[in-house]
Parts: sequence; structure tokens; C-alpha cells
Amino acid sequence: MHPRSECCNINDGLLVSEFVQQSCEAIKKAGEARAPLRIQGGGTKSFYGRRIQGEPLETGSHAGIVDYEPSELVITARAGTPLAALEAKLAKFGQMLPFEPPYFGGAATIGGTVASGLSGPRRPYAGAVRDLVLGCKLINGFGEHLTFGGQVMKNVAGYDISRLMVGALGTLGVITEVSMKVVPRPVASATLAFEYTQREAIEAMNRWAGQPLPLSATCHDGDRLYLRLSGTRAGVQSAADELGGESVSDDDFWARVRDHRHPFLRTAPALWRLSVPPATEPLDTPGSTFIEWNGGLRWVATDAPARVVRECVDGTGGHAIWFRGHDGKDVFHPLDREKLALHRNVKRAFDPVGILNPGRLYAEI
Amino acid sequence: MPATPKSLRTRASVAADLSRLLPNCHLLADEESLRPYECDALSAYRRLPLVVVLPETLGEVRTVARYCRDKGVPLVARGAGTGLSGGALPIEDGILCSLAKFDRILHIDPANRSATVQPGVRNLAVSEAVSHLGLYYAPDPSSQIACTIGGNVAENSGGLHCLKYGLTVHNILKLKIVTIEGELVTIGGDALDSPGYDFLALLTGSEGLLGIIVEVTVKLLPIPESAKLIMASFDDTGSAGHAVGDLVAAGIIPGGLEMMDNAVIRATEDFVHAGYDTDAAAILLCELDGTPEEVTDDIARVKEVLEQSGCTGMQVAKDEAQRQQFWSGRKAAFPAIGAMSPDYYCMDGTIPRRKLGEVLGRMAEMSRRYGLRVVNVFHAGDGNLHPLILYDANRPGELERTEALGADILQLCVDVGGTITGEHGVGIEKIDQMCVQFDSMALSQFHAVKEAFDPVRLLNPDKAIPTLRRCSEFGGMHVQRGELKFPELERF
Repeated sequence: MHPRSECCNINDGLLVSEFVQQSCEAIKKAGEARAPLRIQGGGTKSFYGRRIQGEPLETGSHAGIVDYEPSELVITARAGTPLAALEAKLAKFGQMLPFEPPYFGGAATIGGTVASGLSGPRRPYAGAVRDLVLGCKLINGFGEHLTFGGQVMKNVAGYDISRLMVGALGTLGVITEVSMKVVPRPVASATLAFEYTQREAIEAMNRWAGQPLPLSATCHDGDRLYLRLSGTRAGVQSAADELGGESVSDDDFWARVRDHRHPFLRTAPALWRLSVPPATEPLDTPGSTFIEWNGGLRWVATDAPARVVRECVDGTGGHAIWFRGHDGKDVFHPLDREKLALHRNVKRAFDPVGILNPGRLYAEI
Repeated sequence: MPATPKSLRTRASVAADLSRLLPNCHLLADEESLRPYECDALSAYRRLPLVVVLPETLGEVRTVARYCRDKGVPLVARGAGTGLSGGALPIEDGILCSLAKFDRILHIDPANRSATVQPGVRNLAVSEAVSHLGLYYAPDPSSQIACTIGGNVAENSGGLHCLKYGLTVHNILKLKIVTIEGELVTIGGDALDSPGYDFLALLTGSEGLLGIIVEVTVKLLPIPESAKLIMASFDDTGSAGHAVGDLVAAGIIPGGLEMMDNAVIRATEDFVHAGYDTDAAAILLCELDGTPEEVTDDIARVKEVLEQSGCTGMQVAKDEAQRQQFWSGRKAAFPAIGAMSPDYYCMDGTIPRRKLGEVLGRMAEMSRRYGLRVVNVFHAGDGNLHPLILYDANRPGELERTEALGADILQLCVDVGGTITGEHGVGIEKIDQMCVQFDSMALSQFHAVKEAFDPVRLLNPDKAIPTLRRCSEFGGMHVQRGELKFPELERF
């Protein structure tokens, strides 16, 4: 709902929780003192991004589902709501978050999920976090609590600030509430496996992705291609019959891939996340590779220098993130001059003093 | 170059400057040639720009941008001019930059299922160019024969199938933009995500205020193997509205889900003979797509739900020809209404689906109060309403009454938790209603974002985001002295 039609300042009245009021105050004070804040939800993704210092600003206490009406396909929750609680609520009504968010630990929150912008195995088929965000509330670096977007499917009023928050790692604002599109859970799912090389797997995944098949996940672990089909019972059955392969009955398989509990992703001391056009040929990366998203996501386990790994995506149109085991600095792919200038300007528009997670994404912002 | 004061800037001097800077560029500067550019599809607002420039190369676009920046001249980019909110309305002392000559499909990548096109390529032309590969571009605004991809990105266009397949923002990978500084910047990338902030989302739907879109890479999807359409009749619009919610709650996401009320059914039936039930108070057109097996499963479930939702009659299109015939009525709805009334005004609010029945009822009441007919044809699945107010501009005061009724309808959409625009954009048309939807802090944040990309505020100025002063005059927002907290920030 939009109480603002009566009142232009949503910081007024009883609508705003104590948490929001205190956070606004804390941010204003930090701004005056020019003392950086480090925003923290469940702390499950503290490994992700550049290492930063700062007074912690905890969002975990700001939890709870604010609004959920299954027939609207929308759920609105406070940022500190545990992902597990939110997904359990949706499951009760036969719905789910389409992007299959990774947990990386039981304490993951919806706010952290949106701020980190990481999506799971279903992403190429059902959309990414950013595709499903419909609206958000946030506190900017001025300590102002702002509302953008809404709870409806289509909304083109004003700039799409809600989606801009996705993946910004808290550098533009402290997310306090999010509205997300949800979808019905598929009635049926099946996983198939094929003994394919990396090259064969990339070719097959992209061939199938160009056909009207009910694909919902793909991965290649070095030896085998795994593929999940989801949809109506008859739809999944007929696609499985058409594709062949070996049927895999392991309900936890995709959750292990999603949460990096899969042995390849769990044990790698240094792990890179390479995002490339899906049909890109096998890359000449050092170490070993685990593929997802029709070939669009390549996890590379290697302790080779950053420069060497980044060179491997040069010319592909993609980028490389030093996901785990990094040096705390050279995490995200460098931006060109024009792009970096725009990043600086946008950061300044939200957080001119630079107190919100400064340096978490890039040193300059 | 020093900025020229506005009063000294003339059509002749700007035309002379541009023809010197861009000797090979098509330039229009006489009133007769400028006339076709005086408005977009919101023809109630018309203005002549100083000049129209039709660049053909990136270099020319960059030169135009730099010239505008240096001389302080407003710059409005335009595609096919099919927009419904006045986003491409020229500025009187500004330059209109038509991207019509950027009309080439640059690259089709079947393996990665993407296509890179220039902004002036028509929406439908993309799907036509890749159909032989079994692929298509999903967003399909009703104007897809004419509207261009650049305009689609600027407005974040939707269409008949966005509940399932998303809007423009969900279906593009990469943009190239020219900033007001004349810099060429790549936004997004060829992979599914890109480093840094999601500027792709920020630029999509930014209505030409942040940059000029000069290249777009779109995602392509496999053409569904099978599609079936059900037409369902209802004897009151409220139950049709509830049926929409029931379908979604039952776990069905139709490819398309459209609703038409009796007035529209009759108008389109007279116009194209689509085979609609003219006795129904409302009909739903519900399309299911996917593999043949999926569609068979879904059709059975949809029939079950609709029966329980009080549907009075149901017809599944028996073949592809009949499916096209059923759709032809929906697609011809606006022209059909154009034939039954001298003028109509198309609204574009979105509301939570559960409020459909209530909002339709309250609009009928407003329609009686204003003495103006309101008919409805809309994207029911998304809750995206397109109430059409029928009026006659030749009757004194009727346009003003129509606009007042429109404003009331948008206020109603916001009051029930919705938005003033689902897909047509704010432009010049709904700029005052932005004051209803957003508070002063959010609007200030929008202005700060604008300045991050366009510090001189020359790109499509005075559109999409109202100044605080305008809101205060409109009365939708109570900006009081001393309330604004950061006096050091420029507020406009």
C-alpha cells in the first residue's frame, strides 16, 4: 500500500518501525562523523566481495513477512526475514521464489539475497533476483527512508531503483523491505544425466535451450551433464522420453549445487565465478571447471593469479568474479573509465559522504 | 563553446551550426518538414522542435549530444513516435533526434539466442528475422508492427504475454548509450549478468532522461511448440475479475490473459467479427502455451477453474485460424473503439489483481458522475488496466473533464496499492500523478539519479519526473518550508 498519498513524509507516524527510525538516525550520525558503516544481515555472504572496515549495521532483527497474497504472486518481507522462513511460507501455498536463491548457510536473509544479487540453478529459465524484484524500501546515505516500485507486476513510474539495489552490495542504500514476484511450484520435476565431455555438454545444453523444452536447471561436473525438467506431469514425461539419458533420483542434488555443498564447489580453496555467453567454447582456464546455466556460468577452482583467470574471459563478452579465497581487493571485474565514472556519480547520488559499505564492490564506490 | 542564452537561439542558427558540424547528416528545419514530429501517439500535446536531426552514425549522435551539452540545448530522442505518454514530445527550444535511420539488425547469434539490433529496428522485425531459427523476441506491445526497440527500452514496454515472459527489462542483455557528454557507454553485457551496478535496469524505462540508446542486444526465446486459446464468458465483470485471481492461485500462468467488457466486445465484433460472445458482460481470453503435452494438461485445469469461477460459457479455439481470429478482436480493440467515438483517452494504471472487481465497479460509478463513457480492455493477468474514456474534443470542456476523470482513475489505482503507469510511461501525460505516487524524498532521489547521468539536465527535460515545485503547485504533495532536510542539495 502507498500511505504517501496522504502524507509526503513516510518517516512520520506509526508506519515506520523502530528499526527503521534507529537506522536512519545511525546513518545520519555516521554521515556527520564520516564514519563508514558495514551492513550485515545473516552474515552468510560475508565472504563475498571486497573486505571492508566499518561499524556494523545489523538488519537481521528487522524481520517478518509484511504482505503475502498467493493469488497476487507477490510477497513483501522485511529485509531481515530469513530466506528459509520466507520459502517455507511460499511452499505452504504451492509457490516459490523462481530464481532458486543460494543460502550459503541457514541464516541467509531476503535482504542479503537481494543485495548480493546471486541466483541459483533455475536462473536462466525463470529469471534472476533482479528480474523478480518488484519494489523495495531503502535508507539512503542521507538517512532518508524511501519507497520505490510496488507490489504490482508492471510498474514504469519513475526510475527502476529497486532493481538497481540488486547486486549493489549495500553501497547505495540499506534495504529495509522487498516485494518479489513469486511463481507456482511446478507439479513435476525430473533430473537426467548424460556422460558428456565439457564441450559436448555446452553444445547439447545450448541446442536444447533453443528448443521449447521445460528445462529448469543444467550443470556439468567435469564428467557428466545433469539436466532438470520441470512443469506439468505429461510435459516433463514427454521431454524426458525425448531426451533420453539416465534418470537421477536424488532430491537434494540441485540444492547441493545451489548452496555450494556439492563437493566440487565446497572443497575448492579458491573459486572463481565466470559469467560468459552460454555457448562460449570451453575456456582455457587453469584448474578445473564446473558449469551451470547452459554454459553461462562457469565455476573455476584455481589458485592461479587473478590476471591469468581474467584474461581467460577477455573477448568472450563476459566477466570474472573472484568468489572465494580472494585477496579481499581484486574481487570484481575492473570497469572501464566511462563506466566507473557513472558508478561514482550514482554512488554520490545515493550516498554522497560514502558511508554505506564503501569499497565492498569497488574501491572507488 | 559558450552557452547561448535561450532568447538568442533561433532555428536558423542551430540549423546552421548543425549543418556545419554534420555536413552529411539529414536535417529538418522548416516548419512543414518539422510538422510530422510535433507529437507522438499522445497527440493532445504538440510542439515544434527547433530542428529535427536524423543521424546515421554513432559519430553523428555523439556530435549532436556534445553540441547540445556545449550550447545548453535540450535534446529529445525519438523512435517511431508510437508512445502514448508524450515521451517523444519535442521541446520548443530543443533538438529532436530521430533514430529512424538506425534500422539495421547487426548480428544474430543463434547459439547464444540473442540478437544485436539498432534502436530504430521495429519490434516485430526482430521476431520475423529469427523465426526461421525457431526463435522469437517475447515482448509484444500492441503497436509492435510500428514501434521500435529503442523506444521499447526507453519505455520498458510490455505486451500481451508479459505475465509469463516478462517486460523489456527481462528480455534484453546489453545496451550501448550515448551520454549527454557524447560518450559511448556499454551497459550490461553478452553474459547473463555484468559487473557493477545494474544500469541495464536503470536505463530501461528511463524515458530518454539518462542517455540515448544507440544499440540493443535482446534475448531470444524458442517459439512455443503449441498454443491454445480459451474464450470464457461471464455475466458480470466482477466474476471475470475474480476468475483471473482464481486461475493464478490455482498455479496456472497463462501465456496471455486478457479481459474485455461488453462495450468493447460489441465494438470489436462490429469491427472485425472475431466471433465473440456479444451477450457476455465480460470475456476473458486465456492463452496457454508450451509443449503439446503441457498445453493439454493446462487446458484441462483452466476449464475446471473457470467453471468453478462462474463462467457462463467457454470456447477453445478449434484450430490456429480460430485462435488468430479470437486474438484479432483483442488487437483491433483500440481502432474499433476509435470508430465508435470521436476521441478516446487511454489510461494505463496497474492494480493488485484482487482489486479488479472493486476498481471496475468504482470506475463505472465515476463514469456516471462525469457523464463520460469508460470502456475496458486490458491485461487482466498483470492487473494492468487500460480504461478508455470516450469523449469528443469538439465539445467545449469535454477534454478537460476527460483529463480530470483520468486523474481520478489514476488516484484510485494508487489508493488500492497500484501504480499510475504499467507500461505506457509517465512522459508529459502523467507527470502530475507522479506527485501522488511518490513523496518528495523519492522524487529528489530520482533527480539525483538523473544528475548522475545528465548533470546539465538537457536529455528530455521536464518529462517523467516532476520538479518539487510542480508537485507543490499541483497540490498532490505538501512541500512545506523547512521540511526538506538537505538544503545544500539542489531541488527543482
